[in-house]
Amino acid sequence: MAGWKLSRRGFLTSTLITTTALLVPGAFARTISGEVPWLPGRANLPPAYPDLRFFTTAERSCIDAIIARLIPTDETGAGAREAGVTDFIDSQLAGFYGKGERWYMQGPFADEKLDTQGYQSEQPPAQLYRDAIEALDAHCEQTLGSVFARLEENQQDEILKRLEEGDLELDGVSAKAFFDLVLENTIEGFFSDPIYGGNRDMVGWKLVGFPGARYDYRDYLDHNGEPVILEPVGLKGRPAWTPA
Amino acid sequence: MTAFAMLLLGSAPAPLAAQESSFSQVERGRYAVATGNCQGCHTIPGEVPFSGGRGLETPFGTIYAPNITFDEDTGLGLWSKDEFYRAMHEGIARDGSRLYPAFPYPHFTKMPRDEVDAVYDYLASLPRVRKEKPENDLPVPLNWRFALRFWNWMFFEPGEFQPDPTRSAEWNRGAYLVEGPAHCAGCHTEKNLAGADKEAQHLKGGNLENWAAPSIRGGTHGGLEKWSEDEIVEYLRGGRNAHTAAFSTMAEVIELSTQHFTEADLKAIAVYLKDLESDEREEPEEADASVLAAGEAIYLDNCNACHVSDGSGVPRFFAPLAGSGKVNDPDPTTVVRVILQGARSVPTKVHPSPLSMPAYDWKLTDEQIAAVATYVRASWGNRGSPVTADEVGELREALKE
Amino acid sequence: MARKLPHVDVVLVGFGWTAAILAQELTDEGLTVLAIERGAWRDTPTDFPPTVAPDELRWYWRKEMFQNNARDTITFRNNRSQTALPMRRWGSFLPGEGVGGASVHWNGQTWRFLPSDFIAASHNRERYGELPEGMTVQDFGVTYAELEPHFDRFEKLCGIGGKAGNLNGQIQDGGNPFEGPRSSEYPNPPMHMTFAQHQFAKATAELGLKPFPGPSANMSRPYTNPLGCQLGPCSYCGFCEKYGCGNYSKASVQTTILPVLIQKPNFTLKTHNEVLHVNLDKSRTRATGVRHVDVQGNEYDQPADLVILCAYQTNNTRLMMLSGIGEIYNPATGQGLVGKNYCYQIMSSADVFFEDKYTNEFAGAGALGMVVDEYNGDNFDHSGLGFIGGGYIANWTTNARPIESQPVPEGTPSWGSAWKKAMAENFLKATSVGAHGASMAYANNYLDLDPTYKDAYGRPLMRMTYDFTPNDVAMSAFLTERMKEIAERMGGREIKLNLRDGPYDSMPYQTTHNTGGTIMGTNPSNSVVNRYLQSWDVPNLFVMGAGVFPQNAGYNPTGTVAALTYWAAAAIRSQYLRSPGPLVQA
Ligand SMILES: Cc1cc2nc3c(=O)[nH]c(=O)nc-3n(C[C@H](O)[C@H](O)[C@H](O)COP(=O)(O)OP(=O)(O)OC[C@H]3O[C@@H](n4cnc5c(N)ncnc54)[C@H](O)[C@@H]3O)c2cc1C
Ligand code: SF4
Repeated sequence: MAGWKLSRRGFLTSTLITTTALLVPGAFARTISGEVPWLPGRANLPPAYPDLRFFTTAERSCIDAIIARLIPTDETGAGAREAGVTDFIDSQLAGFYGKGERWYMQGPFADEKLDTQGYQSEQPPAQLYRDAIEALDAHCEQTLGSVFARLEENQQDEILKRLEEGDLELDGVSAKAFFDLVLENTIEGFFSDPIYGGNRDMVGWKLVGFPGARYDYRDYLDHNGEPVILEPVGLKGRPAWTPA
Repeated sequence: MTAFAMLLLGSAPAPLAAQESSFSQVERGRYAVATGNCQGCHTIPGEVPFSGGRGLETPFGTIYAPNITFDEDTGLGLWSKDEFYRAMHEGIARDGSRLYPAFPYPHFTKMPRDEVDAVYDYLASLPRVRKEKPENDLPVPLNWRFALRFWNWMFFEPGEFQPDPTRSAEWNRGAYLVEGPAHCAGCHTEKNLAGADKEAQHLKGGNLENWAAPSIRGGTHGGLEKWSEDEIVEYLRGGRNAHTAAFSTMAEVIELSTQHFTEADLKAIAVYLKDLESDEREEPEEADASVLAAGEAIYLDNCNACHVSDGSGVPRFFAPLAGSGKVNDPDPTTVVRVILQGARSVPTKVHPSPLSMPAYDWKLTDEQIAAVATYVRASWGNRGSPVTADEVGELREALKE
Repeated sequence: MARKLPHVDVVLVGFGWTAAILAQELTDEGLTVLAIERGAWRDTPTDFPPTVAPDELRWYWRKEMFQNNARDTITFRNNRSQTALPMRRWGSFLPGEGVGGASVHWNGQTWRFLPSDFIAASHNRERYGELPEGMTVQDFGVTYAELEPHFDRFEKLCGIGGKAGNLNGQIQDGGNPFEGPRSSEYPNPPMHMTFAQHQFAKATAELGLKPFPGPSANMSRPYTNPLGCQLGPCSYCGFCEKYGCGNYSKASVQTTILPVLIQKPNFTLKTHNEVLHVNLDKSRTRATGVRHVDVQGNEYDQPADLVILCAYQTNNTRLMMLSGIGEIYNPATGQGLVGKNYCYQIMSSADVFFEDKYTNEFAGAGALGMVVDEYNGDNFDHSGLGFIGGGYIANWTTNARPIESQPVPEGTPSWGSAWKKAMAENFLKATSVGAHGASMAYANNYLDLDPTYKDAYGRPLMRMTYDFTPNDVAMSAFLTERMKEIAERMGGREIKLNLRDGPYDSMPYQTTHNTGGTIMGTNPSNSVVNRYLQSWDVPNLFVMGAGVFPQNAGYNPTGTVAALTYWAAAAIRSQYLRSPGPLVQA
């Protein structure tokens, strides 16, 4: 990370400050004729608020433990924890996503559903996390004597496998729905743009070799099966954008 | 388009004047009005053409263009042809007061009487709109119109265009249009402290409303040195050519004015501009290597999707940066501003697509914008001097208003 | 109380691909046209420029540009014995919303259906005998030859890049030899192929197949269309399918039509206004206009002489149901037609993993690929195979966006160190061969209104009852076998087959190629609209979109959707306006 002058925190805050001035007007009915509307300096900016928080301390440590098992730190390099996935999930749950604002959340909610019918929990994502973490920790304390975060790694893996396979019942919440959502969000947090708080230092992209938020590969189309080595770039840049 | 719609629909009853003047006289006037781009200043975009009210920001304050439809109370309804000619020729209003030279009478004075009369007849044929204009917002002593007498004495010589008999008719026609109605110097010539053209800088580029207008001299060392006559014509007609695309003020000029010119007139303009030599440019300062490196990284990650990694752009679609007059302009205002706010290529009849560049002000810091601007100004044969982060910061502030 | 607005000649419901084409055609005829779109205004430099476009979380996973589920979704079940539940978020398909509709975020794979696809029922009957029990496939009522000039117009509008395989009956080297005869070459050359396509082309050629470049609405070079609209060259950014194009290089409403259309004084567009239903007069045989509501909740009645539904297949079908036009299909009795013959697409694939070669699929485009068409439609003999139809097999390199694209070999767990290692090793070294399977109509796959769930205005959601049919499953298995042969020859270390066998799952993304529900046909007893897409019941109502397909072919639909739109527009211009009334006598 030579030359990376901004601290991550400063980097994120500066995102927030500069973006607020530029938001395009929200939903309102318009009548358009005569000319394609355009205004200088307007951009429909990413809904990134990496510092928003939803979790309690206990919830955070549970999720932090889960994501660290889903994408562990190991010989292939940094995992979800270093990538800031917990921060990512926390901020997502605090925003419109956590509230299920763009999901259809009207009842009735069925007790039984088909595997082909997708998410059918009564709780929007944030509440599902909250209820499931509480039930999971309760379950772990009861059966193994401590909350999930304090279990041994192999115990944690065991529990996660059972959640995934749907053979662990949690009180008042679908364990499988919870597992699927955490896995989905963990992968999102590991590979999404760093402006959302995860994929810190672009570790997820570096792991797989994804060059990030670029928009032109014409110069590389004739790679003919050879590697194309490009440093990853986020929407707010990479270290090389700042003069040394 | 709104203008077109209005003409078609004719929302107000056909005014008397229109019935009095012959069709060809009105048509001649319509064309003359297009050559003078009257609509540009005398219309708030989206409102009825020529109904005035648009504010022109000058270094001295804001001047509002009046309603020039023939409404009796708020427009030109009571003006006679003589009074109108006096305004165009001498910059004197109906009541005898002096007009601010933001109204380009120093150029319109070059128009012959019959041409001005045609303008009058055309304006008189338009639907009348009742609309007051806001008071000008000028500090003393400029709002004291008496000072204008002095200004005129210093900087203004009334007089119709006199052709140069040693030149072709085409050259003379071009000179008339450029120096007369089209008033190119309004933007493309640097102004002195009093807001008058610096004669030695004629058409060598200017800066107004936080835009740098490039040199449009077409001879050796001029801003259009590399443009052929045909390319000048193409640009004024369609807003794009192999070198660049028009946006902002020039976009409006093309949209409302030059795209409506006859082919012969555009050609005449080109012939005239190509004949204007300029001075050799100073060598640019060297840019710092680390700034260039950062600029290159920013360029390759952001700009290449349209402007291509070698700056060649896609002629007539996405402006080439290599060799671009705007990029090479000694004054980097336009480059920096376009990066900050984005820009839209003017939609014209030839090129209806309003291809636009997005804003980068939220994405790049002053230092980064300075770096990428410095990089494009120093690459692919370009010769613009480095841009500093402070310059970017000042413009960023200025644009916040 | 709805406020009554001034009359217009034509009201278009929605403003996506079909509406924009019609608006351009009908304003040319001098009609005043109003398009009412329920989503937002959106345009390239402000809403999806390169500064914000490459953002996987926002556009795909948070679905910012797709129909807002919170307000209106679809309930789903696999069969009639089950209870349908709402798709609480989109999965398998992604209906568009906002100006441009799905044209903003489509891939741009732009096909013509085969001549035999338009006569699927009669052609297959003639060749193979009676169709199986329960299969409700029928002819379109329009032929390929009739549509040819309209395909051609759409391809020129969009600047499709490709290679003709059949020019006026002459088979051309390098193109698709099975396609119907075309009157001219594609307006642009094919896309620039990459390593994976070269491997696919080699493998298929070795197998005696005829690989050809996929027809692409991503520009292979700068293009100015016949309207004068300009499209830039594609930069293979890899954020194409499901994303807006930042540099004007994907054909969309915004890039191909809007700049010209918007300048016309007889065109107006309203955004954030949702059409609730079509208003009918007392006789219920004439549309008087539409009822719509803006986001602030104000209701309006918009009178019009001609109403055209352009709201996408799912919404068009539902609007017919909510407006009470025609009878809703009931599979128990076989009565009713609205909602009948809902079809989809059956996709399977084979991933190829290379040992030391890099596919670098992040450098890709929505319609960058090589294709073989030997196993599509009736391009091969189906005798004894137990199914009809087929699909193209292609190697598309559309992207490698890591949240969505996780090419890991057979047997890799879905998390943990092994998953992570597999991702690290294979992400840049994999490609995929896909089969784009057709979907045949059956009596038990259909759409109707849900008895329980309501939209934001308290009106019933549409209910989808759908499962893969025995025909489709057999066909997909056959295609997958062919695909396996190809994939195995592409030079990889190993392959992984992704079959599509179990029940249809409404969540994993397949395609947004929903068809049927407002099907076209030869008479009012077998179809909702006639061959000109005109409602049999209400002749001043037309219905666009893939809803009119009686069944779906083994291609992406939009080329055919657009050709049918131009065809209907031509009929309106040349026939309907002269004497408004039914264009086909019942
Ligand atoms: C991710 C994706 C990839 C695709 N890729 C391809 C491809 O490669 N090739 C291909 O052939 N096809 C592809 N398609 C399909 C293609 O986009 C559609 O076939 C095409 O856009 C359909 O045009 P349409 O006019 O019927 O609907 P749309 O273009 O979707 O437009 C419908 C519009 O109607 C509006 N609307 C809906 N209901 C109402 C209402 N009640 N009131 C007002 N407005 C309403 C919607 O908001 C929308 O804007 C793809 C689709 C998606 C989503
Ligand atoms: S792949 Fe090409 S057409 Fe598609 S979004 Fe990117 S640049 Fe546009």
